[in-house]
Amino acid sequence: MSFSWTRVKAILVKELNDYRRNRFVMVFTMTILPVVFIAVPTVQLLVAPAAEASSKLDARVGLSLLYLLLIPAIVPSTVSAYSVIGEREQGTLEPILITPIRREEFLIGKALAVIMPTLVVAYTIFGAFLATAALFAHPGMRSAIFAGSHIPVQVAFTPLLAGWSIWVGIAISARSSDVRVAQQLSVFANLPPVAIVALMGFNVIPPSTGLALGLAALLLTLDALGWRAVAAMFDRERLITGVRT
Amino acid sequence: MVERLGKRFGDRVAFDDVSFEVGCGEVFGFLGPNGAGKTTTVRTLGTLIAPSSGSAIVAGLPLSPENGPAIRARISIMPESPGLYRRLTVAENLRCFAGLYELDDVPGRIERALRAVNLLDRAGDPCGSLSKGLRQRVALARAILNDPAVLFLDEPTSGLDPVASREVHELIASLRERGVTIFLTTHRLEEAERLCHRVAIMNTTLRLVGRPDELRERLFNLALEVRVRGSLENPGSVFAGLPGVDGWRVSDSGGYELTVSDPEIAAPSVARALIGAGADILSLAESRHSLEDVYLELIDEDTEAKRR
Repeated sequence: MSFSWTRVKAILVKELNDYRRNRFVMVFTMTILPVVFIAVPTVQLLVAPAAEASSKLDARVGLSLLYLLLIPAIVPSTVSAYSVIGEREQGTLEPILITPIRREEFLIGKALAVIMPTLVVAYTIFGAFLATAALFAHPGMRSAIFAGSHIPVQVAFTPLLAGWSIWVGIAISARSSDVRVAQQLSVFANLPPVAIVALMGFNVIPPSTGLALGLAALLLTLDALGWRAVAAMFDRERLITGVRT
Repeated sequence: MVERLGKRFGDRVAFDDVSFEVGCGEVFGFLGPNGAGKTTTVRTLGTLIAPSSGSAIVAGLPLSPENGPAIRARISIMPESPGLYRRLTVAENLRCFAGLYELDDVPGRIERALRAVNLLDRAGDPCGSLSKGLRQRVALARAILNDPAVLFLDEPTSGLDPVASREVHELIASLRERGVTIFLTTHRLEEAERLCHRVAIMNTTLRLVGRPDELRERLFNLALEVRVRGSLENPGSVFAGLPGVDGWRVSDSGGYELTVSDPEIAAPSVARALIGAGADILSLAESRHSLEDVYLELIDEDTEAKRR
């Protein structure tokens, strides 16, 4: 039996329906958490003095956008860390694994179900930030945001960070025996790429087009290979019996 | 067909050297105490767990990792716990599984499955709002959604009240009439006796396989149970030498249990002998051993063997 997008879609639709009715995911993960992440950048944007030097303005913009990049790093990690262990805890994993679904189909369905709402939330928040900048920021700040490479970098790194975060979250979820531990570990596992972006934002690692492209290429490769690596860690027997094979 | 199948987890033997065959359209009962390896056997046959030894053919396909998806497409397993998405409605749960089986005519199949379990009017209810009995019925509807060639039911009435259990029994009986091959794991013996064509009794290894009446005959001698008013003065002389009577003992109920070779020959001669001895016969009947007696006899033997 070959790879089936029908089975991927079945998992995706099920997950999206489940989120829709899950108050924790809808209210906290998809609403409150992103709003928390936009609060600091918006304040940074509005309190910046008009006469501030352009280098300082650039640093402010870097810090603001770093906060916004925490959305694709943190939001999917909490949801994806629940994806396998959560199914196991509520007793639904065995009925799913009894069907003809392949582990790759299951994992891709789960990953799509996390990345779709994450991108909607992350880009919406970013759009709201840009709109606020366009309407309320002083001209110096506005040009620092819109003239530089900040926007394309933000647009490109949002899905790349989300992809990394999702695969790491699912991998941890597939090997954990406790939801809370899985969620904490997956947040920790997302710190390295965020730290690199932060170091670039604060000029500790001098940002350059080459470095940004290199980091993007690395994340893209990890995201593309992620499902294969996670599939290799996904052991039906261990998940059902709790015994390593 | 299962041939010398076994599964070990490290040093622990889950089940070992299990061999049996289940015919098409048969309801096959799988009995055994907790920890006997029943669920692990079902999971192994359902390709969730790889066997450590032996081989099997499930729904016409050899049990192997490569055949896993194809076998799972032809069978269905209803685990002990219903495992439903509680926030999703009954119909959404079934729609998800119809997608996983890549079924056509999804609305029609869902309607037929829900009609079979008498839950058509609850299709829009969230599964979390249903009682345990109703959730079990939804799980059963999910299990028959793909018209499986072999349906594995693992403790389908576990934790259900008598009314809900009876409904599940009726559904299994109707599936049996439709010719579905059913592999029923249970430790409810009256359930197995009522629903199964044949049963296997398992306690890590397979102890016995056969029709319930065959197992009774294999394990217990044919016997007559006699009750008389008062007691006989000299039962030995009354029962000795009667045609078809091989021996006797005082039964637990205070009557007499006679071991016989043929109850139809022995019963009239016993009646005549009792009347001749002046006894008032209260009852004279063939002693019926239940499947529970067979089961307990075997499990007790195992417990005794372990003690020794």
